[in-house]
Amino acid sequence: MSAAPTLLPYGDRAVLVELGSTQEAVDYAVALRGRDAPVVGEVVPAARTVLVVADEGAALADLRALLADVAPASGGDAAAEQPVVEVPVTYDGEDLADVARLTGLSEREVVAAHTGQEWRVAFGGFAPGFGYLIGQDERLHVPRRGESRTRVPAGAVGLAGEYSGIYPRSSPGGWQLIGRTDVPLWDLDRDPAALLAPGVRVRFVEASQ
Amino acid sequence: MSRALRVHAVGPVALVEDLGRRGLSGVGVGRSGAADRAALRQANRLLANEEGAAAVEVTFGGLEVEVVGEGSWCCVTGAPCPVTVDGREVGSHTVFFAEPGARVRLGAPTAGLRSYLGVRGGVEPDEVLGSRSSDVMSGLGPPPLEVGDVLPVGCPGDRFSDLDTVVVPDLAGDVVLRAVRGPRDGWVADADLLVSTGWAVTERSNRVGMRLGGPALEHARDEQLPSEGAWRGAVQVPPDGEPVLFLADHPVTGGYPVVAVVVDADVDRAAQLRPGDTVRFRWVEAS
Repeated sequence: MSAAPTLLPYGDRAVLVELGSTQEAVDYAVALRGRDAPVVGEVVPAARTVLVVADEGAALADLRALLADVAPASGGDAAAEQPVVEVPVTYDGEDLADVARLTGLSEREVVAAHTGQEWRVAFGGFAPGFGYLIGQDERLHVPRRGESRTRVPAGAVGLAGEYSGIYPRSSPGGWQLIGRTDVPLWDLDRDPAALLAPGVRVRFVEASQ
Repeated sequence: MSRALRVHAVGPVALVEDLGRRGLSGVGVGRSGAADRAALRQANRLLANEEGAAAVEVTFGGLEVEVVGEGSWCCVTGAPCPVTVDGREVGSHTVFFAEPGARVRLGAPTAGLRSYLGVRGGVEPDEVLGSRSSDVMSGLGPPPLEVGDVLPVGCPGDRFSDLDTVVVPDLAGDVVLRAVRGPRDGWVADADLLVSTGWAVTERSNRVGMRLGGPALEHARDEQLPSEGAWRGAVQVPPDGEPVLFLADHPVTGGYPVVAVVVDADVDRAAQLRPGDTVRFRWVEAS
């Protein structure tokens, strides 16, 4: 059982709900969306929190009352119904050797660990279409790079903290890069535009050489 | 095309904005929309448009458009500025008719930063994810206006405005923004420093956020804050201690502590601050 969520103040339109882990934040956000409450305008899950913004005209007090009443189910059940997206990756990232050193694995073992577990999109942010993926294998937890790159190419596959992620477009970034993919992550002509929307399950496969 | 505006000059920057994109934060798409939402709404009420119709957000004047096709009722709200039609002064915060071929020009505002050129029917470039807003952070929506662009104008409805007085905002003088203590006020050594001194709006300010110069808000903890949701009005403190007030195109999540959140109604006023202006904060309770 997890502790009750803490409701932190966030101005006169929003509340920041603090939870114990990314999984609990995901479960809480899923449960909140399931309530389909009209007072909820926006739900922004993140690493340990869910920011909830009141809908226009809704009272903050009503939102607080709802948030204190949300009872998240434990994870897994809802996720199992989501589709699995296969992402082919060429594992030749610039930081692959560093990741091997940081984890005590060989480069091949890093690839095997990355492809050998099911990942799930916990939340978005950073850029349109970027998903923070959580897995089950803690061996791949590595710190961000000491210094950010000014330009990470689109499609770069990286690791940072407990997450894996893919840059939807070229941008600055500090994640440890282990590979690259050609899969279009963000396409405005597709519905939904984000391939890796929250809840989606992901399996990385090694691209054929 | 029966109605349109052809762009002849844009000034520092001119963008199409409505009230933004809703419900997409989960996939990394922020709300965006007019930096001064109250001014956009006022323009639309004056013109009997839908409340969220799109207008042109003009930063520090300099926009000139030609009315193409049929004539259009227009008005300028937000930062008060000289408005001319074919060189004839018509003023801001009033509705005027521009004949086909007329040139509408906005001068530099006397106070404030962002003016809104509204047109009856609204400007209607294509929607992206349910909004015509230009989001400078994500690059979604219409790109910044350029000379030669032709902006379609929507069909005027059959309603008439029921406004008979127009409030011209007073954007001169020092500004006090009401703020609620933020969720991470304990992550800086002294969050009260935010309210005990004045802050200078720096040049490093745009629709994403406004950087405030003043005494550094020193971090009290060494560890990194896990990324969390961000919202318009949040005052975030990066490691250098210089607070950033998030505006319309803020990031969806942020990794630095939010020590205060400006009351929603005051964020519109914040968006009218110019570099060099002084701003103060005052703690209030969230109602």
